[in-house]
Amino acid sequence: MSNNVSTSTKTARNETLHDKRRQRILIYALLTGFAIFYLTPIFLLVITSLKSFAEVSLSTMWDLPTTFSLASFSKAWLGSQQEGFRGLGVNFMNSVYLAVPATILSAMLGSVNGYILAKWKFRGSNVLFPLLLFGMFIPYQSILIPLVQVLSKIPWFGGHSLYGTIPGLILAHVVYGIPITTLIFRNYYAAIPTELVEASRIDGANIFGVYRHILFPLSMPGFVVVMIWQFTSVWNDFLFAATITSSPDVQPITVGLNNLAGSYIVEWNVQMAGSLIAALPTLLVYVVLGRFFMRGLLAGSLKG
Amino acid sequence: MQRITWERVVSILLISPSVLAIAVFVYGFIAFTSFASFTKWDSLIPDFSLVGLSNYQKLFANPRFQIDMRNTVSFTILFLALCLVVGFVLASLLDQHIRGEGIFRSIYLFPMAISFIVTGVVWRWLMTPGSPGLGDTGLNLLFEKMGLGFLKWGWFTDPMVWHIPAESGVGQVLTAIGLGGLASTKVGISAGVISLVLAATWQMSGYTMAMYLAGLRSIPDELREAARVDGASELQILWRIIIPLLKPVTLSVIIILGHISLKIYDLVVSMTGPGIGFSTDVPAYYMWDTTFRGNHFARGAAIAVVLLVMVAVLIVPYLVWSSRTEAEL
Repeated sequence: MSNNVSTSTKTARNETLHDKRRQRILIYALLTGFAIFYLTPIFLLVITSLKSFAEVSLSTMWDLPTTFSLASFSKAWLGSQQEGFRGLGVNFMNSVYLAVPATILSAMLGSVNGYILAKWKFRGSNVLFPLLLFGMFIPYQSILIPLVQVLSKIPWFGGHSLYGTIPGLILAHVVYGIPITTLIFRNYYAAIPTELVEASRIDGANIFGVYRHILFPLSMPGFVVVMIWQFTSVWNDFLFAATITSSPDVQPITVGLNNLAGSYIVEWNVQMAGSLIAALPTLLVYVVLGRFFMRGLLAGSLKG
Repeated sequence: MQRITWERVVSILLISPSVLAIAVFVYGFIAFTSFASFTKWDSLIPDFSLVGLSNYQKLFANPRFQIDMRNTVSFTILFLALCLVVGFVLASLLDQHIRGEGIFRSIYLFPMAISFIVTGVVWRWLMTPGSPGLGDTGLNLLFEKMGLGFLKWGWFTDPMVWHIPAESGVGQVLTAIGLGGLASTKVGISAGVISLVLAATWQMSGYTMAMYLAGLRSIPDELREAARVDGASELQILWRIIIPLLKPVTLSVIIILGHISLKIYDLVVSMTGPGIGFSTDVPAYYMWDTTFRGNHFARGAAIAVVLLVMVAVLIVPYLVWSSRTEAEL
């Protein structure tokens, strides 16, 4: 009798174990299936860009390259005079000249604003903050017309205006980056105990001293999060770039890539190599600093 | 009462450049765009004579704009629904103590680091259907090779618009009660929009996954255990406990992705353009096209204001709500 009971519980346990294992297999299968979905476009991007022109044929587009060729990359970078298209090398460097200063300036502004809004609250700062934040949600179409008008009236070197220049683009990115960078820094500084600030005030530190000796040294993770966020959004921006710059010599990589891909004379392998070149810097940041990327993402949703 | 000290003055001085910049570049510029939308400005030379609401009247009567509104609404609904479902499923799966969780998470999230332009270029190639002469290409070719040929279709080159046919039963009822407009191509979803949604979901669903995963991790295990002890089934736990507790996350995701999807522009430019019969056109695209290519500044300004109002309806209550809840703390 007792024997019977124990065997039946044993089989029951075996069955639940079996069910559990089945369930685990199903979970991993689903996760892998999704992973394939996310990786397929990148797989195609990589195999196509590694193919030589001779190998690019529509019927074999999903096949692995038989030889390893970097010709597509050099063609995408340098362009081809006889085929009549420009390379992305110039645009890539323009994006560097744009994204690096814009990112640094944005982070500095955001840090100062965040410090004031977190530790030097004034009357009305609780109203001011959401008014600032609204600026990061607006569709930029609603400011493009006056932006172009104003930029073309601000004088710049060589008798030009800021319109059509990289500094003009930097200005736009820094100004419209104020809300998000301020938000991230404010939340970051708000989490630093006010007691620390008060203690240093008693030691005689003024508004600058508190920032220099207390807040700033603790800010590194905040700076990393903000700079990753700004760098990614400036590098990937298309709307401002396409509106403010019209000459190919100053256009950033997104505009260059869009022009390259839009012209029907450029082969697929060159287009894909160009896409990979355009995506590489932000992908690299993501791979190296993924943890901070994620934090920026969650911080960007206000209460994250 | 606060005493006015030199530090207080300095603190205001430090933040004032940013406040001034936002006042001019956001609020001032919006005011200017709104003003321009009431004028006759229709060429490179500004003409600021006022015409009242006529730009808006013309816009809402404009067939291209009507299609754009249909596309932007159907895109937003479909995109949000897909991102929420995919993100929630992925987060729930990843929350089961998965080996290699970090790797899976990185794979689902990496498209967020890429620009919409790159996404558009790659997905355009994936979704180029091929032709009878040249054979299948892209995903159609992949489906064919995998024996899934029934999945092949024209993607964004298909001019199809799914809608309630006027001659169907539902359509006749709608016509009878004076809502015949609902049973026409003016309310529906185009094949082009579906193609855009798939690419956009590929790019953004990782964000939903990350948000939900953070939300799931903040629900204590004891809560689920207690419900299990009380005899609740796993499905009941999901519906009665987990989904209600994740409501704030869902709300945040809807706000963030909703405003992104109303503004979507880059992806349309690089992937499809306005499409056949404007099947992938959206207000953001029309605005840029008509303003900076066509020099119809007043019309562009009117489209921009409509876009802004749509986004504001979504965002303003959220901003007010989050600043209030914060003030209570």
